[in-house]
Amino acid sequence: MIETAINFALFTMLVVTAIAAARIRHLFAVVMLSGAFSLLSALLLVTLDAVDVAFTEAAVGAGISTVLMLGTLALTSRREKIPSHRPTIPLIVVLVTGAAIIYGTLDMPNFGSANSPAQTGVAAEYIERSPHEIGVPNIVTAILASYRGYDTLGETGVVFTAGVGVLMLISGLRTRRRREDEEDDDEAEEAG
Amino acid sequence: MDWAYLLGHLNYWLFIVMMMTGLYIVIARGNLVKKIVGLNIFQTAVFMFYISIGKVTGGTAPIFPTDMKIDPETVYTNPLPHVLILTAIVVGIATTSLGLALVVRIRESYDTIEEDDILDIETRIAREENREYGDAMGGRA
Repeated sequence: MIETAINFALFTMLVVTAIAAARIRHLFAVVMLSGAFSLLSALLLVTLDAVDVAFTEAAVGAGISTVLMLGTLALTSRREKIPSHRPTIPLIVVLVTGAAIIYGTLDMPNFGSANSPAQTGVAAEYIERSPHEIGVPNIVTAILASYRGYDTLGETGVVFTAGVGVLMLISGLRTRRRREDEEDDDEAEEAG
Repeated sequence: MDWAYLLGHLNYWLFIVMMMTGLYIVIARGNLVKKIVGLNIFQTAVFMFYISIGKVTGGTAPIFPTDMKIDPETVYTNPLPHVLILTAIVVGIATTSLGLALVVRIRESYDTIEEDDILDIETRIAREENREYGDAMGGRA
């Protein structure tokens, strides 16, 4: 009972945070709300028994991505312009999509049921075999590093590619700015 | 429609409400940083939805006692969604940072991060080019 109460308190806060992020126009506040959303979702993940995911989300979602967004705000602008078109069509699109997804959940098994298809597949095998085969207390670590090690290797590849992409996009920002300033100065000199 | 069914599915629907709020921000707002915040909210909601599918009532976190004396009575929550979502979180931050770098680059070229302004500038450039080169290309558009 108490668990359900905690769950719904967290849910309410999450939904309120998301709606506030949609409405507020001050971008600094929006970024902070997105960090708060990540932190609240980490709390909810703890109640869902996903402790590893919770602390990754708290470190990466609430920490690193907030820092990255603040850095972007420092390089761009702080305020959002008032949108010029009405939000009717987006609202309709979102409502239709949401209704379609809810229709899809109607024949899903109940939350927390022990014999749903998700529980009866390969997961039971992992729980049963990992103490003998891997010997690591944390099953998530055993799967991540051993059974699905190639998955993690692929993830590293993705992160590497993204890092190279960011470097290529951002690098030369300062030199390009300096060159533009110099060109502006030259033009000013010619004009003056 | 009984109470058990409603309570067992309410979680999923609340996650979908969050997802749709994120999607709404992505579609309806013109500011590029805000779009990325919306994408983040959408993504986190999907993660929570996915994890909630693996939850077993009365189960505990999938970690054995450190002395590895496993009580056969203990129910563990499904660890497989956790592993998949761990990977997804890290990939998500990689794509977010790439998106933010693109925003910085767009701001450098257009001096704005509002979608409407960028569209205006693009239209103006296209018009100017049409006026300048349109005749040479076989008549103005």
